[in-house]
Amino acid sequence: MDPHVTDPSAPLKGKPSKKAERQLAREGKQQIISFVFMIFLTSIAFLTVASDTIPNRFAIPFILIIAAVQVIMQLYYFMHLNERGNGWTNIMLWTGFFVAALTVATLMLLIGVTKY
Amino acid sequence: MSNAQAQKSVLWDWLTTVDHKKIGIMYLVAGGFFFALGGLEAILMRIQLMFPNFDFVTAQTFNELLTMHGTTMIFLAAMPLLFGFMNYIVPLQIGARDVAFPFLNSLGFWLFLFGGVLLNLSWFLGGAPDAGWTAYVPLSSEYSGTGIDYYVLGLQISGLGTLIAGINFLVTIINMRAPGMSMMRMPLFTWSSFVASALILFAFPALTVGLLLLMLERLFGATYFAVDVGGNVVIWQHLFWIFGHPEVYILILPAFGIFSEVLSTFSKKRLFGYSAMVFATLIIGFLGFMVWAHHMFTVGIGPVANAIFAVATMAIAVPTGIKIFNWLFTMWGGRIQFTTANLFAIAFIPSFVMGGVTGIMLATSAANYQFHDTYFVVAHFHYVIIGGVVFGLFSGAFYWWPRMFGYKLNETLGKWFFWLFLFGFHLTFFVQHFIGLMGMPRRVASYLPGQGIDELNFVSTMGAFLMSVAFILLVVNVIVSVKNKSEADPWDGRTLEWAIPTPTPEYNFAQTPLVRELDALWYEKTHGNGKIKAAEPLDDIHMPNGSILPIFMSLGLFLASFGLIYQVHPVTIIGLAITLGAMFIRSIKEDHGYHIHKEDIKKEEGVG
Ligand code: HEM
Ligand SMILES: [Cu+2]
Repeated sequence: MDPHVTDPSAPLKGKPSKKAERQLAREGKQQIISFVFMIFLTSIAFLTVASDTIPNRFAIPFILIIAAVQVIMQLYYFMHLNERGNGWTNIMLWTGFFVAALTVATLMLLIGVTKY
Repeated sequence: MSNAQAQKSVLWDWLTTVDHKKIGIMYLVAGGFFFALGGLEAILMRIQLMFPNFDFVTAQTFNELLTMHGTTMIFLAAMPLLFGFMNYIVPLQIGARDVAFPFLNSLGFWLFLFGGVLLNLSWFLGGAPDAGWTAYVPLSSEYSGTGIDYYVLGLQISGLGTLIAGINFLVTIINMRAPGMSMMRMPLFTWSSFVASALILFAFPALTVGLLLLMLERLFGATYFAVDVGGNVVIWQHLFWIFGHPEVYILILPAFGIFSEVLSTFSKKRLFGYSAMVFATLIIGFLGFMVWAHHMFTVGIGPVANAIFAVATMAIAVPTGIKIFNWLFTMWGGRIQFTTANLFAIAFIPSFVMGGVTGIMLATSAANYQFHDTYFVVAHFHYVIIGGVVFGLFSGAFYWWPRMFGYKLNETLGKWFFWLFLFGFHLTFFVQHFIGLMGMPRRVASYLPGQGIDELNFVSTMGAFLMSVAFILLVVNVIVSVKNKSEADPWDGRTLEWAIPTPTPEYNFAQTPLVRELDALWYEKTHGNGKIKAAEPLDDIHMPNGSILPIFMSLGLFLASFGLIYQVHPVTIIGLAITLGAMFIRSIKEDHGYHIHKEDIKKEEGVG
């Protein structure tokens, strides 16, 4: 019997199937592409700060936006959130994000000097 | 049984257990103990308030009793008692053999227990915390003794345990459901435990951060809340209530789940509007995060902000109302049995509605300036907490007792207990509405005579005595009923937990069940042969090994807390080293668990 049936923590044996191999190759390609893209985003961030012509007013929100893009790519391509079977992880992640963002935004309004 | 564990001593077995049923029972025992302790503190307060200008306890002691009563009841009694039921029942209701992470489950329990013990040791080591369960700064940061350090660290440790337990339930309910048990076939207690766990996951971090800031401020001289150097005291209130309001839903939602099970079982009817119930639970959970500032109307956060939070708060009455009507329609036309469990569920409806109505009154932000910090508030939250959560706990205890302990609680004694408790509860807290409206502030150690509140306070204390007598009857009941052996399905149940033999075998289900409908057992009783179908052939069952490590992890943090409180940092380091060492051992030691063999299962199930 496959030892996994009785003991889920037993090590895997044997080679992956043809289908699994093809899947791995495709994933590998995807990861290289997103890796290159993320390096590109990072260099843009450096350029934005280094260049004297770009004002801070633009640079700060811009860098924050590409940071958000990077986080999302990290989660979905490198941490495999884009694969099937991650429905619940996605639901919990975005609910948590939504609740936290709303709370922090409200809090910032409430504890400011101006009262509404 | 042929496994090695059966030979070890009973005590060792309980200390190292990772079985969700034993952990559930330990939660109930520890929670029950803290409930009695919190009740004792309440009685002492009520005696002090029995007469004007009374000298039963000093004002300082009163403040300590008050703080420890609130903190104990919320964090160490109500929540752990609910966790006890969730631990024991949820895996059974979804047809699982255990929770997703049995080791973490045990760690969660021991963290809670050591946190609770730490908090209560403050009584003997320089005085208990005395700034109310809300521990508002700057009272708690600049004007209180070491008691608050115990509060901060005790709650931090037990809060960690709660967070771990919440995550564990989420993963369990998502991943461990038996074949056929889709989300929309889950019993309502499982559903509400699921939503409550999600609330724990999202709400407790706010408390963790708040407590961390307060600790840094008290022990390491940080100045987040020190106004003279640019700190802001209101931030504590926000952090506390961002956690605190979801917390009350963490308490009430599982109780709602219990009532749903009990009312439907004892009305011999399917729960009315199942999907509306699920939806309402989700909406309540979500809205629970949008209303925290209703505790801060008088702080001066601004009229528009007050109005928005007032409306958001009132909106929660809508899904709650949906639930109330669904419970009423569940009973409508049903064959109602007035068992003790069901009496508590039925009495819950009007009691909780009264608490809800005063809640809406309090949410009216303009009127709140009048009600705030008076006994009106005390009456309100005891109506929802006792009329809701505590009734739910009692109802669940009578309902699930046969499943958990193999015997039925005596119904005659149970009914005496119910009527005494119900009467005592309303006597205590109904009059407090008027005491509050006449202007008596909450959290005062005494009051002057001749303000028209002397008699009402006396009546209130008499009610508290009645509740104590009732509670003693419950304890007596637990003891004298031991010989009332119960069959496996004493209430003609509807859900999976009643499909297994009594006492519950440690592997729960010999074969993983196949679920064909909502109310799985009831469906098989009416459409099948009354037995749950199996989803797999009978085979060896893989079980996790017990472990003593969770106790050491918790003990390490417990020791480290003393090091922090008294600023003896070698102790802090030793404590943390114990915790990290135990974590290290856990990580490197391979542990594949063990198997219960097919033959032994057959023997135990009495087949083949
Ligand atoms: C056994 C019946 C109970 C009695 C007689 C009782 C009595 C009291 C009294 C006299 C106070 C002080 C009010 C004040 O001076 O402001 C109080 C506060 C409080 N009670 Fe209870 N109580 C009972 C049960 C519970 C339960 C079961 C819970 C929660 C699960 C609870 C939660 C609280 C909380 C959170 C406070 C506020 C503490 C604070 O202001 O810091 N009580 N109770
Ligand atoms: Cu609230």
